Amino acid sequence: MSETVNSKVDFQTMEEILKSFDYKKSYLIAMLQKVQAIYKYLPEEAMTYIGEHVDGLSPATVFGVATFYAQFSLEPKGKYEIKVCDGTACHVRGSLPVLNAIKEKIKLEEGKFTTKDGLFTLEIVSCLGACGLAPVVVINEKVYPQMTPDAITIILDTLMKEEQ
Amino acid sequence: MTLNIDIKEEQRKAQETISQQGLRVLVCAGTGCVANGSLKVIERFKELGADVSTLTEHDKMTIVPTGCHGFCEQGVLVIIPDKHVTYVKVKETDVEEIYESHVKNNQPVERLLYTDPLSGQHVHKNEEINFYAKQTRTALANCGKINAECLEEAIAVRGYEALANVIAAGNPDAVIDEIEKSGLRGRGGGGFPTGRKWRFTAANKGGKSYVVCNGDEGDPGAFMDRSIMEGDPHKLIEGMAIAAYAIGADEGYIYVRAEYPLAIKRLRKAIADAEAKNYLGKNIMGSDFSFDLHIKEGAGAFVCGEETALIASIEGERGMPRPKPPFPANKGLFGRPTLINNVETLANVPVIMLNGADWFAQMGTETSKGTKTFALTGDVNNTGLIEVPMGTTLREIVFDIGGGMRDGKKFKAVQIGGPSGGCLTEEHLDIPMDYDNLIKAGAMVGSGGLVVMSDKTCIVEVARFFMNFTQNESCGKCVPCREGTKNMLAILQKIVDGNGTMEDLDTLEELAKNVKEGSLCGLGKTAPNPVLSTLKYFRDEYIAHIKDKKCPAGVCSKMTSYVIDPEKCKGCSKCARNCPVEAISGEIKSPFTINQDKCIKCGACIDNCPFKAIERK
Ligand SMILES: Cc1cc2nc3c(=O)[nH]c(=O)nc-3n(C[C@H](O)[C@H](O)[C@H](O)COP(=O)(O)O)c2cc1C
Ligand code: FES
Repeated sequence: MSETVNSKVDFQTMEEILKSFDYKKSYLIAMLQKVQAIYKYLPEEAMTYIGEHVDGLSPATVFGVATFYAQFSLEPKGKYEIKVCDGTACHVRGSLPVLNAIKEKIKLEEGKFTTKDGLFTLEIVSCLGACGLAPVVVINEKVYPQMTPDAITIILDTLMKEEQ
Repeated sequence: MTLNIDIKEEQRKAQETISQQGLRVLVCAGTGCVANGSLKVIERFKELGADVSTLTEHDKMTIVPTGCHGFCEQGVLVIIPDKHVTYVKVKETDVEEIYESHVKNNQPVERLLYTDPLSGQHVHKNEEINFYAKQTRTALANCGKINAECLEEAIAVRGYEALANVIAAGNPDAVIDEIEKSGLRGRGGGGFPTGRKWRFTAANKGGKSYVVCNGDEGDPGAFMDRSIMEGDPHKLIEGMAIAAYAIGADEGYIYVRAEYPLAIKRLRKAIADAEAKNYLGKNIMGSDFSFDLHIKEGAGAFVCGEETALIASIEGERGMPRPKPPFPANKGLFGRPTLINNVETLANVPVIMLNGADWFAQMGTETSKGTKTFALTGDVNNTGLIEVPMGTTLREIVFDIGGGMRDGKKFKAVQIGGPSGGCLTEEHLDIPMDYDNLIKAGAMVGSGGLVVMSDKTCIVEVARFFMNFTQNESCGKCVPCREGTKNMLAILQKIVDGNGTMEDLDTLEELAKNVKEGSLCGLGKTAPNPVLSTLKYFRDEYIAHIKDKKCPAGVCSKMTSYVIDPEKCKGCSKCARNCPVEAISGEIKSPFTINQDKCIKCGACIDNCPFKAIERK
């Protein structure tokens, strides 16, 4: 994973993205996915840029689409994105104790998704398609199967040590 | 029409290449097994096999990374078909032993064989593993048997043969007749007859039409479609091309959820490979039939699985359902006639065209033909992906294929059909499962998520869980769904928190009725199902929460407390050391106690007590 989080939107990059999709508005979701892949979230300037440069779109429609889909984040995400599956299979096999253990461990404030130090973002997702391995946690694309509160605490401990 | 590709000849060549590979060692590289480290297992095998000097003609070996075998919990799976053996839970460090002992010296590695959960015996032959033996695989026939990233392997197992036949025959209507005759019904949940849907769409032939594959698989707890897309992408592509030929479309989209990166990657490769061979694209196999196929990634919204919302999403908009009519068959994607089918529905198409409608229709029940895949999860011994003839009973699925309940727990219910479905109980164990019987029982086949629950699962909490899901995923366009699910969730939350009243149950039923009748799309229309079916079969459990303030399963934390049995406690202090909130205290070697005001009911003490002295009440 790249360490640099580009916070400044550069319009040349934006232009390249739009061009690769032929400036077609039906590719709006794919454009936003590209933007998020680069910046790790959707900066406001990027959304405005798309809204103003693609025929048939406006910044308001872009914003509307971006807020509709759970995948898009309007705030910068932490270095480690922790996705806890709370799909049915994971739920009945105990995803909530795992979730609570994570919250406890990374000291997430109530109502927040990203830790103060910007290291961790916690998300709850519904099914990653690995239900046979429930409960499942994914940290930056790596899938951790059959989690328990103890196991996830150890994993997070290791990540935290690496960061020190 | 004569084609410029002789598919039978291609098949013969592909089979010959494979026959020269020597011993084929299949290693699962589906999402589940990759999570368990299968890529390292593959690497290790390749390292060992790479040293050709040690190999004789006899032990030449080819490592085949495959799609999902379905037996995810036992992963990493290594299967050697020629030796009829399946190794389970294989680690990188086990590979050398398998290689030295079995590949080279024909001595099976006992300790890595699957152990039958009922008999406790090692199983030597694949055919004897109950999990597989009781299945009938058609849609999944090749998943786990071929290298999903290799077109040649798909060709060897008759890939694109049906498409070639269909184009050569030159009669699109005959294809629709055949699908109609097979009795195939939509596997995406609704169970609409596929042939009829094709006929409706074909009636609008003439201008531009589209074929769309619904790979959104939003049911949390289901992964059948993922496994097909990852394990046998060419079968899906071929099914779409046949559908396009039948209805006169020349462009198609596969809509895949963003949570399935591996499926997206494999589909992209499969499409590119098929295009390169002219099995897709312009003038397929030299005919005048062209079909361009694209992939659209979803962005995380359950409602996008609904067909009109999915179309809106492909068009780049917010995935909100549109009122029907107009139906997609008349006015769908970009305002054009559109055929939309589920992944599994389309994967059945080439098989039907190859083996004939009659062959397909002899499997299943009177009204539901063929097979159905299910994602079997929850409290059973064998979790994973299964495919059985329609009409198979729950008992066969849970107790034969699933190997019974895990950890000796007691069977309580099965949740089927996800957030739109319902619960089935012991009394339903022996009804043949098909579309109509399940509807009668208050559930539905849905996509095929099948979650087995034991007496340790709280049914009320499960109802709350699903309502929370649908409430979150309600797109907000129509009021009954948006507000109704919110109110229902609030009541369920009140009940699991121990503050429910008996009147709440009536209100729940009343609300359920309104949401069902007043919602615009299937999401709202089916959202109350989990509540209604649990109220019907497990009313006692609701009442226990309300009247006795007790959660019979001991799950709802507001109603449970953890207590240390002073008779059993040896005073080792392990619980106190593991308590995250310092709620446990005591003197070493005398019984400890839990301060109920501080306790957050996380269960860490129970998990850590070496003497089983802590009880959840
Ligand atoms: C809320 C909602 C979610 C749905 N999700 C899916 C889905 O994930 N996959 C799917 O194939 N169909 C889903 N459907 C059904 C589709 O609307 C549609 O009926 C189906 O894709 C048609 O294909 P079939 O006839 O081959 O089943 C969903 C329907 C609703 C109302
Ligand atoms: S429910 Fe968690 S991976 Fe499917």
